[in-house]
Amino acid sequence: MTTLSTSSPPSSNKLLPLYAFLAIVIWLIAYNLIQPFADWISYTVLGFAHASRFGESLAFFLYDVPKILLLLSGMVFAISILRTFFSPERTRALLGGKREGVGNVFAAVLGIVTPFCSCSAVPLFIGFVESGIPLGVTFSFLIAAPTINEVAVIMLFGLFGWKVTGLYILSGLVIAIAAGFIIGKLNMERYVEDFVWQIKSGAGQVLDEKLTWNHRIERAWDSVKEIVGKVWLYVVVGIAVGAGIHGYVPESALVGIMGKAAWWSVPAAVLLGIPLYSNAAGAIPIASALMEKGASLGTVLAFMMSVVGLSLPETIILRRVLKPQLIAVFVGVIALAIIFTGYLFNLIL
Amino acid sequence: MLTIKVLGSGCANCKRVEQIVRKIVKEMSLEAEVIKVTEYPEIMKYNILSTPGLVINEKIVSTGRIPAPAEVTTWLTSALEIA
Repeated sequence: MTTLSTSSPPSSNKLLPLYAFLAIVIWLIAYNLIQPFADWISYTVLGFAHASRFGESLAFFLYDVPKILLLLSGMVFAISILRTFFSPERTRALLGGKREGVGNVFAAVLGIVTPFCSCSAVPLFIGFVESGIPLGVTFSFLIAAPTINEVAVIMLFGLFGWKVTGLYILSGLVIAIAAGFIIGKLNMERYVEDFVWQIKSGAGQVLDEKLTWNHRIERAWDSVKEIVGKVWLYVVVGIAVGAGIHGYVPESALVGIMGKAAWWSVPAAVLLGIPLYSNAAGAIPIASALMEKGASLGTVLAFMMSVVGLSLPETIILRRVLKPQLIAVFVGVIALAIIFTGYLFNLIL
Repeated sequence: MLTIKVLGSGCANCKRVEQIVRKIVKEMSLEAEVIKVTEYPEIMKYNILSTPGLVINEKIVSTGRIPAPAEVTTWLTSALEIA
């Protein structure tokens, strides 16, 4: 396989690194001013009492919206810079020749850092299996990449803190590795659409771009605009609902239906999460408010993983290359793994 | 005469790449044929893993993102010089 080097046209803006630095300074100042500003508006300017329900909800909303939007902009930028060092082509090269087991672990970890859009799931699937990467290893990648995505991770970090975020990433990895490994052991190659096995990639030129730091900064800024532009409304609506729950729903109101003792709440949360795919940004603030009112962590984590990991659009896209039996196994194995994780956390935490 | 191919099965980003390319071809008044490649077996001949892909005279110049108009102009200019 030959490598084709292409240089993108050099960016002429010499001041770009300086602008990036200034943006970081402004970001840090703004981030530290949110809390006093939200309190000042709610309690001083608008004059709500500290203990009033509406005042509490409003201060919560005015604090969380700018905080999450700032976190998203800043961290999507940082993550996108990191991702310019990875590409699906490089990931495929790294996975080539790895056996099942080790390969599943590598695929799941690389799934986190490799730039991925579920709209490209089909070419990626074909390109992986056609180059000889085992089916199960390919699935580990295809499960980890959307589940542990930047928007979900950043919002979890902003609303739940680093411990829950860490648990989420870890369980996402374990689910991707285990589900991929199981699918691999089921020898389901014959349930891949026949045309996939007949495809022969062409001359084999692989695009390998030489990127300068200016390119990386520009591309990262493009993804900030694209991602924040796409999710900001869901974030605002999700936090508004969350703020309402925060101010108006009594403490421990949800223990009975979403607490540890309600065994059926975990599978119910998984089912509820499947159709909510594109609303992950809106679902996380609501989940955060539910947990404050007595929903248990395992149930909430299961819900969020189902929202992001079991996506209806991606399943429909993958149907182009997978026969219905394999689609059913794919969805079933992930759903079972998420339910298991939910029960496990409800049991041990 | 340039042959420009936009690879992708009709996703939103693929359509935007096609629009950008057509606009620039018009602005530079190039003699070029812009072809949309939407069938996977055909797309995979270019050995790409993410769409949209942009191919100028059978050479891949971009995959998995929407290139800036300035980039497309540069690629088209250099393709003209080679041809």
